[in-house]
Amino acid sequence: MNKVVSKDYFSENVVRLEIEAPRIAKSRRAGHFVILRVDEKGERIPLTISSSDTAKGTITLVVQKVGVSSKKLCALKPGDCISDLVGPLGQATEVKKTGTVLACGGGVGVAPLLPIVEANKKAGNKVISIIAARSKDLIILEDQIREFSDDVIVMTDDGSYGEKGLITEGMEKVIAREKVDEAVIIGPAIMMKFASEVTRKHEIPSIASLNTIMVDGTGMCGACRVTVDGKTKFVCVDGPEFDAHKVDFDEMLMRLSGYRDFEKEANERYQKDQ
Amino acid sequence: MDKKDILKQERDAFWRKDIRGKIKNKDRTGLERVSMPEEDPMIRRRSYVEVNKGLTPETAMLEARRCLDCANPTCIQGCPVEINIPKFVKNIERGEFLEAAKVLKETSSLPAVCGRVCPQEKQCEANCFYILRLAKPAVAIGYLERFAADYERETGNVSVPETQPSKGLKIACIGSGPAGLSFAGEMAKRGYDITVFEALHEIGGVLKYGIPEFRLPNDVVDVEIDSLKKMGVTFETNFIVGKTSTVEDLKEEGFKGFFVGSGAGLPRFMGIPGENLVGVLSSNEYLTRVNLMEANKEETDTPILKGKKVAVIGGGNTAMDSVRTALRLGAEKAMIIYRRSEEEMPARVEEIKHAKEEGVEFLNLQNPIEYVGDAKGYVRQIRVQKMELGEPDASGRRRPIPVSGSEYLLDVDTVVVSVGVSPNPLIPQSLPDLETTDWRTLVVDDESLHTSVPYMYAGGDIVRGGATVILAMGDGRKAAEAMDQEFSVINERASIKKG
Repeated sequence: MNKVVSKDYFSENVVRLEIEAPRIAKSRRAGHFVILRVDEKGERIPLTISSSDTAKGTITLVVQKVGVSSKKLCALKPGDCISDLVGPLGQATEVKKTGTVLACGGGVGVAPLLPIVEANKKAGNKVISIIAARSKDLIILEDQIREFSDDVIVMTDDGSYGEKGLITEGMEKVIAREKVDEAVIIGPAIMMKFASEVTRKHEIPSIASLNTIMVDGTGMCGACRVTVDGKTKFVCVDGPEFDAHKVDFDEMLMRLSGYRDFEKEANERYQKDQ
Repeated sequence: MDKKDILKQERDAFWRKDIRGKIKNKDRTGLERVSMPEEDPMIRRRSYVEVNKGLTPETAMLEARRCLDCANPTCIQGCPVEINIPKFVKNIERGEFLEAAKVLKETSSLPAVCGRVCPQEKQCEANCFYILRLAKPAVAIGYLERFAADYERETGNVSVPETQPSKGLKIACIGSGPAGLSFAGEMAKRGYDITVFEALHEIGGVLKYGIPEFRLPNDVVDVEIDSLKKMGVTFETNFIVGKTSTVEDLKEEGFKGFFVGSGAGLPRFMGIPGENLVGVLSSNEYLTRVNLMEANKEETDTPILKGKKVAVIGGGNTAMDSVRTALRLGAEKAMIIYRRSEEEMPARVEEIKHAKEEGVEFLNLQNPIEYVGDAKGYVRQIRVQKMELGEPDASGRRRPIPVSGSEYLLDVDTVVVSVGVSPNPLIPQSLPDLETTDWRTLVVDDESLHTSVPYMYAGGDIVRGGATVILAMGDGRKAAEAMDQEFSVINERASIKKG
């Protein structure tokens, strides 16, 4: 069960894992995620499904090494098994024919963005994708995004690849040049906050896929709660996608930092043990 | 033969008559009820060791002697799974402890669990002759149940109930909590090929993620689950029916009948300002992190907030479990904030007593109205309002009314919200034909527990809202009986046609 079938590196810190999970591969739609526990002592972490292969019965996850669990996961080799894997979770993306869609992905957020880009293209939309990262080695899935996009803009903070600047600058450029009917924004919380401020200013309906702290992923604990339009929502069952203009990103950022000290400590302990 | 006749026949057994004749009723009623030995409060408040230590064979036999083996055993009517109480108690009296354990398993799939967590004072023991007629403490049925089940487990003599030959009928049970486990056990006994689907990575539902080790050790639960496995029950963890596969998918795989025991796992929040501050969490999250993820242990990866001043909001068993967990995580001050008085608390009397002994402070007739945080978004204070009790409300409990001008600020660094749960929506969401109430519980026939969907039954918290372990088990048993009857009628008809 849950065997790692293949593994490749986008960069030193970003890994793609193809995992055996035939039922999940069959049931998943764009926007769905899984919860996994690497080993018996592990914590449960959420990861968006990047793609699946129903014939092979596999799903693909893109993981960035940030803490203990993602490092443990990235250390697995083909043939190793993940202790627990459950899904598909959350509400699937609703894709309609809306016209021109601006797909914005920051860092590893490009991985969950990919199935949405693909679904939008197949629904007959014009898709303009902006993929952004701090530097060249963190830009991932560019070719795959190109396959389903009419236009792709690459932005890096340090200008080491594509255009130099933040994702918001790329967005402004596209919006200045043509009419955008909808935006999809996925990436680090801080990036989603600023990207959705851009689309709010231009009154472009926007969807953000939220990445909060989760435990069970089935709605039974509320660790992932966010305020959307003044109401408390659970990202794992009501989301992960919400109207980006109604999300209280400041509260979300605050809640994401709740365990920062623990994470730092755990990371230091893990590094020492390696 | 109906249930009454069976009970009478068993009571007439030679050995039962023999035991009854040995001691006069007057001597039996003159005996004092045993007390349960407990771990010292000052030691246990910082440890996860089980609080109740259990009876010894000697004290159990002594307590069993108090039971009068009534001709009309009213205690049985107080038990949701109708355990043959006098039969198991009299077996303890004569020293046949393994025999007593077998009697428990005739109707209960989890006796070691129920002996620990049932509110006996409201069930079997409330209906004991001692309470009804003698105004004396009831026979300690719960302690004795626990003793028999523990004796069997600890001596390595766990018996597996007999199962009928396979009927070749595949049945799916959704959820592995007490309702599902009870249903699965009953169906396995009847020869059905049963698979239990569980969303989490561990089997047991609330018995694993909710009730803490100091009240119900996980290995006790595991032994009982192991018994079910030996009876041929298959368990599939990490499987969410409605997401991983739908009920339709399972039908295609050959499942003929379904039981929904998916529980009421959705935590309620109060919707007051500051409730999303860091450090304010549901009791489900708090308890899951400790009980299921073992966040209290160094070697595991799941973190937990180890607050110094912890307030738990609510007065149920979950609130008591949370506040006592806070102590064990190192809290200097662990408080219960409850809007009514202690008399109205839904928690078991024993848990309230244990919490007090361990040093939990009770702020009764008080209610939070706002959480106040610091610049980083961490909760620092609660604005608390005092309450007084008015007239009884629909639930029969006196309604709490805010006292104006009574507000004050209380320093805290962790708040655990334990004000109730709602039914899990995953199954209803995936089955549009499944009829639900305004409270999102499933609509079922009172007698058979049949839902609005063909061949689908339901029980436990998904039908009742947040209730008790033993009521969920009673439902599982009842639904199994009804489903078995439905399939037997179908089989009979089919064989008549063929004939």
